[in-house]
Amino acid sequence: MKTWLDAWPVVRQLTGDDPLGRGDAVRSKRTDGLTPRTATADRVVQSVCPYCAVGCGQRVYVQDEQVTQIEGDPDSPISRGRLCPKGAASKNLVTNSTRETRIRYRRPYATEWEDLDLDTAMDMIADRVIRTRRETWQDEVDGKRVNRTMGIASLGGATLDNEENYLMKKLYTALGAVQVENQARI
Amino acid sequence: MPQQDLANSDCIVIQGSNMAEAHPVGFQWVMEAKARGATVIHVDPRFTRTSALADLHVPLRAGTDIAFLGGLINHVLQNGLEFREYVVAYTNAAAILRDDFRDTEDLDGLFSGYDPDKGEYDETTWQYEGTSVTAAAGQRQAPKPGASGSSGGGQPPSAPDAEEHSEGSSEQAGSGGMPVGGKPERDESLQHPRCVFQVLKRHYARYTPEMVHEVCGVEPAVFRKVADALTANSGRERTSAFVYSVGWTHHTVGVQYVRAAGVLQALLGNMGRPGGGILALRGHASIQGSTDIPTLFNLLPGYIPMPHAREDRDLDDFVAEASGSVGYWGNMRKYAVSLLKAWWGDAAQPENDFCFDHLPRLTGDHSSYQTIAQQIQGTVPGYFLVGENPVVGHANGKMARLGLANLDWLVVRDLQLIESATFWQNGPEIETGELVTEQIPTEVFFLPAAAHVEKDGSFTNTQRLLQWHSQAVEPPGDCRSDLWFYFHLGRRIREKLAGSTDPRDRPVLELTWDYPTHGPQDEPSAHAVLREISGTGPDGTAVSGYTELADDGSTSCGCWIYSGVFADEVNQANRKKPRTEQDLVALEWGWAWPMNRRVLYNRASADPEGRPWSERKKYVYWDEDEGKWTGPDVPDFQATKPPDFVPAEGATAEDALSGTDPFVMQGDGKAWLYVPAGLADGPMPTHYEPAESPVPNPLYQRQANPARKELRGAWNRANPAMDETFPFVVTTYRLTEHHTAGGMSRALEYLAELQPEFFCEVSPQLAAERGLEHMGWATVVSARNAIEARVLVTERMRPLRVAGREVHQVGLPYHWGQNGITTGDSANELLGVVMDPNVHIQESKVATCDIRPGRRPRGPALVEFVEEYRRRAGVASGRLGPNGRAPIEERS
Repeated sequence: MKTWLDAWPVVRQLTGDDPLGRGDAVRSKRTDGLTPRTATADRVVQSVCPYCAVGCGQRVYVQDEQVTQIEGDPDSPISRGRLCPKGAASKNLVTNSTRETRIRYRRPYATEWEDLDLDTAMDMIADRVIRTRRETWQDEVDGKRVNRTMGIASLGGATLDNEENYLMKKLYTALGAVQVENQARI
Repeated sequence: MPQQDLANSDCIVIQGSNMAEAHPVGFQWVMEAKARGATVIHVDPRFTRTSALADLHVPLRAGTDIAFLGGLINHVLQNGLEFREYVVAYTNAAAILRDDFRDTEDLDGLFSGYDPDKGEYDETTWQYEGTSVTAAAGQRQAPKPGASGSSGGGQPPSAPDAEEHSEGSSEQAGSGGMPVGGKPERDESLQHPRCVFQVLKRHYARYTPEMVHEVCGVEPAVFRKVADALTANSGRERTSAFVYSVGWTHHTVGVQYVRAAGVLQALLGNMGRPGGGILALRGHASIQGSTDIPTLFNLLPGYIPMPHAREDRDLDDFVAEASGSVGYWGNMRKYAVSLLKAWWGDAAQPENDFCFDHLPRLTGDHSSYQTIAQQIQGTVPGYFLVGENPVVGHANGKMARLGLANLDWLVVRDLQLIESATFWQNGPEIETGELVTEQIPTEVFFLPAAAHVEKDGSFTNTQRLLQWHSQAVEPPGDCRSDLWFYFHLGRRIREKLAGSTDPRDRPVLELTWDYPTHGPQDEPSAHAVLREISGTGPDGTAVSGYTELADDGSTSCGCWIYSGVFADEVNQANRKKPRTEQDLVALEWGWAWPMNRRVLYNRASADPEGRPWSERKKYVYWDEDEGKWTGPDVPDFQATKPPDFVPAEGATAEDALSGTDPFVMQGDGKAWLYVPAGLADGPMPTHYEPAESPVPNPLYQRQANPARKELRGAWNRANPAMDETFPFVVTTYRLTEHHTAGGMSRALEYLAELQPEFFCEVSPQLAAERGLEHMGWATVVSARNAIEARVLVTERMRPLRVAGREVHQVGLPYHWGQNGITTGDSANELLGVVMDPNVHIQESKVATCDIRPGRRPRGPALVEFVEEYRRRAGVASGRLGPNGRAPIEERS
C-alpha cells in the first residue's frame, strides 16, 4: 500500500535503489515536468564571450526574441565548452535590471540628467563635431601641413568589434582627428 | 602562439600574469600540458590561483623581472646552454656591431647616444656595422619638442611634449622589425668581440644568481630550479613557453620586459616551434583587434604608421622611410595604396597620390594621457568614450576626471551609467570640493550600447584569431551597436557638409561610406565592413590575401594583415567547424592573421635544411618530393621557397629572404637578440628600478629608465624613489569575477555577490608592523590620492629580503568605483602616470605607497590628508585651480 511516507524522498533514498539521492529518489511529478530553457529555445546562435581575450565560444539561447540563456560552446577548439564566472554570467550582462537603455543628457552646468530622443541626440552630436572641427582646425603647424583637429579626441574600448574599430578609425581620420586611442594602449 | 599549443609545451613559465585567475578557460591548456608531464612555473610577487596549480612558485619583487630574465640569459650564455644551431642560423647572434657602440656596462646604466637634456637616445651607434639601419629609422624620428599643436586654427598653444622617438615605429617594429638596409657582416663562429652574441654575453655577465637575489629577492637555489627546468626543456627534442600579461607591459620598461623573454626564447630555440614561444595574454575580447585595426593615434590599420608632419611629404617619401626593402614590409606601398583606395575609393588616383594628403599628420605624442593633460588645460573641447571607463581604468583616475570636467562636450557609449559618465554628479572631487557640479561646463550625452549578442561582428582574440559572433536579438530601447553609431554619425556629418567647397571637407565628403543597412534600426552590414577590410581585386571580387595587393590603385584593402579573411567571398572568421572534426591546430575554426597561420615564424620548427628538429617536435617542414613546405599549419614562409634558396642580388621584399630566414617580417629575416633600431630605450633589456622604488638599483648608478616619459602637474605628483614616506611597494591586478574597470561586471548580480568588496592584500608581517586587522579597514596613500579598502591579511603576500632590507608589497584589485551594485574606492587613484617611452603605457604594476589602519578622511579633509603626505615627502603641492585646472609643468 502506498502511503505518504513512500513519497518522502529520504525514505525512498534509504529504502530504494538510489542511496545517494541523485536519481529516482528525488524525482517528483514537478521535476518530471521541468525542461531546461535551453531545450525550448526558438533558436541557438553561436557567439563569442565579450570579456577577456581567450575568446571562448558561446551559445546564445533565444525564446520570444529574448535571450534566455548563454552557455559555453562545446564546438570551440579553444574553450571546449567551458566558461569562467564572467562568461557564465554574460546573460546577466545583457538582461540585468540596471542596464541603461535610454539616452541620458546633461546640459552644461546642470545637476540632473534629462531625457533626449535618439534622433535629436545624433543630430546634436553631428553638429558639435562639425563645429569643434571648424573651430580647432589646423592647416599647418610650424609651417608644415597637418590637416587636422586637436579638438576632438576619442578613447575606444577593446571589447568593440573589429568592424566597429575600423569605421571609427576611418571616420575620425577623414575628420582629421588624431587623438584616437584605445584600451589597447592601457 | 595559440593557447591550445601550450598543451605541446614541456615547460611553461607564467610570469607577469595570473593566468588561472584572469584567463581561466585558457589556463586549461596549461593544465593539459601539466597532465602530459610538463613543468609549470609561476614567477609573481603574489601567491595566486596560478601559483597553487604550478609546480613551483617564485615570489619576486614587483618591477624586477628584467633582472630575473637577464639572470636566465646569463645562465644560458655562461654555461653554453643555447640551442647553438638555431641561434647561428635563425638569430642575429652573428651580426657584427659598429665599434662606437657602448654598453650600459661601459657607461654605468646608459647606452651610447643618450642626450641628458632631452632624456632621449640617438640610436645611431646601435646599428650593425656596414648597414644603414639607423639612417632609415632616424628619418622616422618625430619633431623637436614644442612642435605639438602649437599653432593654427586659433588653438591656444599647447604645452611642449618632449617627444623625440618616432611615434609608431616601435609598434610597427612589433609586427616585424625596423627596416635594415642590407645584410650585416656576420661571424658564424660567434667569436668576434663585436658580434651580437659576445656583446649580449658581456651585457648580462653581472646578472648572476647572487645579483638576482639582491635585486628580485629570489634565492639562488630557487633561481637555479627555474634555469634548470627551462634549459632541460629546450632544444631539439623539447620546447618551453613563456606566458605573460600586463604584469610585464605596465612598466616604464615594459617593452624591454617582453624583449628579454624574446632574447631568452631565441637563445633557447623556442620560437616558431610547437609548444614554444611567448604567449601574450590580452585582457579584452578584441584588444588584439583594436591594435591590428587600431584606434591608436600613431597607427593606421595593419601597423602602417600614421604619417608625420615633418618627414612625410608625399606617399613615396612615406613608404621609402617606413618600409625597408627586405621582408614583407618591403611591400608597404601596396598595403598603403590599397588602404587609401578602401577609404577614398574613386577619389584616390595616382595623380593625387591616392589622397595621401587626406591623412592628418602627427607632430608628437598624442596618446591618451597626453590628451588628458591637454583636456585639463581646456584645449580639447570634444571627447568620445566608447566602451571605456578611464576614471576607473586609467592610472590616476582623478586626472582623468579633471580632464572630463574641462570639456565642452562628452559622448559616452556604454551598457551602464559608468563613473566616466557620472563624474559631474558623484565623482570623488564633488565630495572633496575640488569640483562643483554647477561649475562643470561639460555637456554629456550618454548613448546606450548594444551588447555582443545584439550585433554581428568579429573579435580578434589573444592568439590573432578572428571569431565571428552573430546577432541573436535586437538591442532594446535606444541601444545601438557602435557600428550603427559611427556609420550614422558619419552619414549625418556628410549630409550636413554636402555641397561644401571647403578643401578641409574633402576627406569627409570623398570617403567611401555606402555600407548596406538592414533591419528595423538600419543596422549597417558588419559583413560588408569585414569584406572591405579583407580587400578586393581589380574585378571587384574579394582577394585571397595580401600577396594579391598592388600599388597601382587596382586593389583595395582596409587592413592588409587581415587580407583574406573574406577570401572566396566567404566570411572566414565565421567558420565554426567543431573541434571534434579537426586536429588541435583547428585551421577551420575562425581565421588567424596573417593568412590563417596559427604559429608565427613556423619555418623555424624545421632545421636549416628543412627537416624537423626532431620527430617529437615535428611541425612545418620541407617536402622535397612535393617541392613545398608542409605540416598541420599554414607555413609562415613562401610555400615553394626551398631551404637552400639564396636570393638574387638586388632582390626586394620577401624575395630578398633566403631559405633559412624564418622571421619573414624582419628586415634581415632573423630573430633579434639585439635590436639595432626601433626602440627608444636601448638595444638590449637592462634592469632599471621602477620610477617609484623603495631601494637603490644594485646594478647601475642609473636608478630608473633614463628614457621614461613623464607628465608633470599638480594632478600627477610622483612619489620620490627611496622615500620613507612611501616605504611599501604596491601592485594592482584582476579578479576572475570582475572585468577591468567594472563596467561589464560590477552591475551584474552574480558577479557582485562573488566578489562583493574592494580589498587590499597584505602579509601578516606588514599587518603586524602597521597594526592592520584582517577584515578591518586600511587607508592606502600615494602622492596622487588616498583610498580605503578592507584588509585581507594573507601569507600569499610574502615580504622579500632585497638590498639588505625587508620589502613589503601591497596587492590591490583595481575593478572598483562609485557606481554599480558593488562599490568601492578605485585602486587606480593611487597610481601615477609615468610611461614606457616606446609605447606610452603607464607603470601601473608597481609604485610605492603608505598603508595605515582605519578609513580615509572624508570631504575636504581628504585633500589636506594627501597634501600633508606630499609635504612630508618633499613633493610639490597637488592643489588645483578653479574647476580642477592646473598647468602642465615642464621638465626641470
